Amino acid sequence: MSARARLWIFLVGAAGFAVLFAAACIDLPAFGTVPHPYGVRAVRAALSHHTSNVIASVNFDLRAFDTLGEETILFSAVLGTVVLLRQARDEHRKDPEPAVVHPRVRRFALLTLACALLVGLYVIAHGQISPGGGFQGGVVAATALHLLYIAADYRALERVRPLTLYEIGEAAGEAAYVITGLAAVLAGSAFLANVLPFGTLAALSSGGTVPVLNAAVGLEVTSGIVVLLARFLDQAVEIEEPGEDDGGPWDSGDSGGNGDEQRERA
Amino acid sequence: MTVLPYPVAGWIFLIGVYGLVTSRNLIHAVGCLAVTQSSTYVLLLAVGYRDGGTAPVFADAPTDSRVVDPVVQALALTDIVVGATVTALLLALVVQLRKRHGTVDPDALSELKG
Repeated sequence: MSARARLWIFLVGAAGFAVLFAAACIDLPAFGTVPHPYGVRAVRAALSHHTSNVIASVNFDLRAFDTLGEETILFSAVLGTVVLLRQARDEHRKDPEPAVVHPRVRRFALLTLACALLVGLYVIAHGQISPGGGFQGGVVAATALHLLYIAADYRALERVRPLTLYEIGEAAGEAAYVITGLAAVLAGSAFLANVLPFGTLAALSSGGTVPVLNAAVGLEVTSGIVVLLARFLDQAVEIEEPGEDDGGPWDSGDSGGNGDEQRERA
Repeated sequence: MTVLPYPVAGWIFLIGVYGLVTSRNLIHAVGCLAVTQSSTYVLLLAVGYRDGGTAPVFADAPTDSRVVDPVVQALALTDIVVGATVTALLLALVVQLRKRHGTVDPDALSELKG
């Protein structure tokens, strides 16, 4: 299909969408004044379970089963990326060269690393009390580790980041979530029901299973993002494209294996 | 106009789809998909807003204070997490395409290759 035809189809579709969406918007209740029956009930349910962060309560208590699905999406996306970005048979690995870093950059990055890692762990641990939780804190903690790439170089990052450990950590996070759910079944309640004592509102130990599930998600997200970034960094730093020495990557247009054999002979 | 935030979401959606349709570079297309998806965040948060409401966190607010809808905020969180991981997966696909076909232009990817 030509670009022009595609654009025309888009314009017709966009016009239709715009008309229908505008009609729907006009009939919506005015912005900011809507009664929120589900919101009110969610707040009541969260407070009855002594969880002061209602969003964490919705995600890890009321909708804990949906969050298991969400976590599984994360897990499979990381798995898919690992499979897609593995080293192919025709690629070879090059050891990354040590880089020279200005001492000021190094000091600043190491300082930021410590602070960012602490903030990440804090956000995971206080998910049931204050804004944040396993998903947000996990991303902060995982990216904090990569400040080492700025502070030193890729080899230093690889030393503090045993990838196998993080791959196990990701699976362990997912497993911990399911086991917490099954523990509730063994305790005589429903899967992922909040069976632990609720504690006092706004205390670190409040919320029953919410902090436990938060920690499980935090572990999975931290490990998952580290694994994900490691695969992309591997591609950028270590893995070389096939035939880089003899003239660029594969062109589109040569017909599969034959073309390569011919090129090798030539 | 009191319904203005909703069309903003629709506008972001259409801008993103326009980028997807006219894209000549797959990395750009993945970025456009992220823009398209971000329209759902705007719509969700706009639906959940209440005049004078604060964040639905009662750590240091009285338990009877007026808060915005926590359900849609939790949905937006789910949305962001899934969006980020899918973006990573798509970028990994683009890396492989560039390696195997030597191009990231979707229009140049018309032929089959064994």
